[in-house]
Amino acid sequence: MRRVRRTGCIKPSVFAWRDVLSESLAGMLQRPGRSALTALGTVLGVGTFVAVLGLTATTSSQIDTRFNALSATEVTVEDIAHEQDEFAGLAFPADADARIERLNGVEHAGVYWPVRLAPGELVRSSAIAGSDGAQNSIDVVAASPGVFAAAGTRLAEGRVYDAYASELAAPVAVIGAGVADRLGITTLETHPAIFIGSQPFTVTGVVADTDRKADLLLSVVVPRTTAERIWGRPEAGGGKMLITTSLGAAPQIAEEAATALRPDHPEYFKAVPPPDPKTLRGQVGDDLNQLFLLLAAICLVIGAVGIANTTLVAVLERTGEIGLRRALGARGRHITVQFLAESGALGALGGLVGTSLGVLTVVIVAMFRNWTPVIHPVTAAAAPAIGLATGVIAGLYPAWRAARIQPAEALRR
Amino acid sequence: MTGTVAERAAADPVIEFRGIGLTYPGPPPVAALRPCDLTVERGEFVAVVGPSGSGKSTFLNIAGLLDTPTSGMYLLDGVDTGTLRDADRTALRGLRIGFVFQTFHLLPQRSTLENVKLALVYSGFPRRERTARAREALEQVGLGHRIEALPTRLSGGERQRVAIARALVTQPSLLLCDEPTGNLDTANADSVLALLEELHADGMTVLVITHDPLVAARARRTVTIRDGVLSVSDTEMSEVAR
Ligand SMILES: Nc1ncnc2c1ncn2[C@@H]1O[C@H](COP(=O)(O)OP(=O)(O)OP(=O)(O)O)[C@@H](O)[C@H]1O
Ligand SMILES: [Mg+2]
Repeated sequence: MRRVRRTGCIKPSVFAWRDVLSESLAGMLQRPGRSALTALGTVLGVGTFVAVLGLTATTSSQIDTRFNALSATEVTVEDIAHEQDEFAGLAFPADADARIERLNGVEHAGVYWPVRLAPGELVRSSAIAGSDGAQNSIDVVAASPGVFAAAGTRLAEGRVYDAYASELAAPVAVIGAGVADRLGITTLETHPAIFIGSQPFTVTGVVADTDRKADLLLSVVVPRTTAERIWGRPEAGGGKMLITTSLGAAPQIAEEAATALRPDHPEYFKAVPPPDPKTLRGQVGDDLNQLFLLLAAICLVIGAVGIANTTLVAVLERTGEIGLRRALGARGRHITVQFLAESGALGALGGLVGTSLGVLTVVIVAMFRNWTPVIHPVTAAAAPAIGLATGVIAGLYPAWRAARIQPAEALRR
Repeated sequence: MTGTVAERAAADPVIEFRGIGLTYPGPPPVAALRPCDLTVERGEFVAVVGPSGSGKSTFLNIAGLLDTPTSGMYLLDGVDTGTLRDADRTALRGLRIGFVFQTFHLLPQRSTLENVKLALVYSGFPRRERTARAREALEQVGLGHRIEALPTRLSGGERQRVAIARALVTQPSLLLCDEPTGNLDTANADSVLALLEELHADGMTVLVITHDPLVAARARRTVTIRDGVLSVSDTEMSEVAR
């Protein structure tokens, strides 16, 4: 009998990573149409995921900037004295502006109310009724000087009336640019006058623009003292106060304002602080996003099932190829790795395309709303990985099946 | 052990069956190959004949390490394959055995060259050398000019020659062909057989399953299998006798 050799040094089969990569790419590109359709579910899932998270980030940052700029620094105080006492009258004291501006964190404050004119009393540019047509849709607003600062008015011309004019209850008015147009006032150099009813007012300034209370642009604004002298107190609940604060001070001011205005009757006022941006953002996150994220998850599951199905079909179709590879020295695990890599590549491709589409969606939506698109880098980086994971998980069962196919069996096909 | 063909040639026979048999467990159990002894020396050209379902493919699968015998001892190049781990059997199959199938088993979407290169993937040939070796193998089978063609554009004979190039590219000890001309017309079958004889003349050990008596006649030795029973006849002897 011949000597039987020892077998210690057979060079084991290998499947180098570069070969895994090129084999899986080839497998995917061999049937581009089928690959694209298979990846569609993952594209939708990952795309929805990126779009939802991106849009959330974009809107929250949008909410943030708006709140920082305006709303977060604004407090409105309403006069609710009539609810406590029918005969209370105007709750705001004459020195309301000064009382509030004394508080820490307040930048500007002013009292205002709409003036109720009698039916015949109209705003005109001359004393003679009918000569230039009555302008009956122009509102008259009574305002303390602080309102202009608090509203952030910018003047096209002239000045706003000061505390002194207000104290004297002088017949002066600041008109909005829109009103100036309609009354035919082009310049203040001629010291034009306007008439409210039969009362003449000297126009001291024209408002070009405001940050808050845009209605001032369409109104004639007169000192509150003058308004009180001519037309009396505002109707019940008509008086309001606009306060602007430094960043972060608004909630505190909202609490202190009532007592500062009327230590004797703080209950006459209701201060409205700005809404908390955190709760606002939370609401956005709670309602819509969870629904969409759920949708994204469903898409991903559908995508995974699609990939699993296609890969399983491919395994059955390619039984001969599996047998051949085994004959060429591939081990069962090499077959597993190949099919896992193919399904993973499909998933990753879907993830990449989905990420691009998701980002595109966010950018386009932001563009139309004039927002700054914001996508967290983690979102953009994680999305293709989610696609890859989907593909690999989907490929587990088919790849396991593929590895179990007996080579002799497979080659008989 | 992993030496060149020349080194291997100095030593043992390529195939040595000692009481090799295979019974498929069933039920019912099928004795596809009854226990048999067979030795194939290096450089032999052996034809395997027999009626359909007699166990020829079973015999070839055992010889090619695609199936494990249920009895006996199989030495390939002197290595007792029964004691090997599955991974080692797989590696040995990839390195020492070239397969040629009746249905070619070419990947339809890959070029001729890529199909041949596939045989080098699992045996860990450096990527750089693969193209040159595959090209060489294709030239050896007379297809050096069709390396970029897709198998679907080739004639049956050309396809089988690509499959032979793929079997040769790893420089195996043994070429196992299961009805290589079964799907070919006479002209193509002739060219493939001529190629196999050429390889045999260059020293390759070749085993061919065939239904064609002409093919069997060209072989030096014929293994006949009938109902799983294997018998060996020496063609040369009978030719000499004639
Ligand atoms: N996996 C299996 N399980 C059970 N029986 C099998 C199996 N594979 C093959 N057989 C049986 O073993 C016997 C030999 O089969 P084999 O494929 O070796 O025949 P063959 O000589 O190659 O036939 P052909 O010329 O038609 O290719 C047949 O009766 C077949 O039915
Ligand atoms: Mg057969």
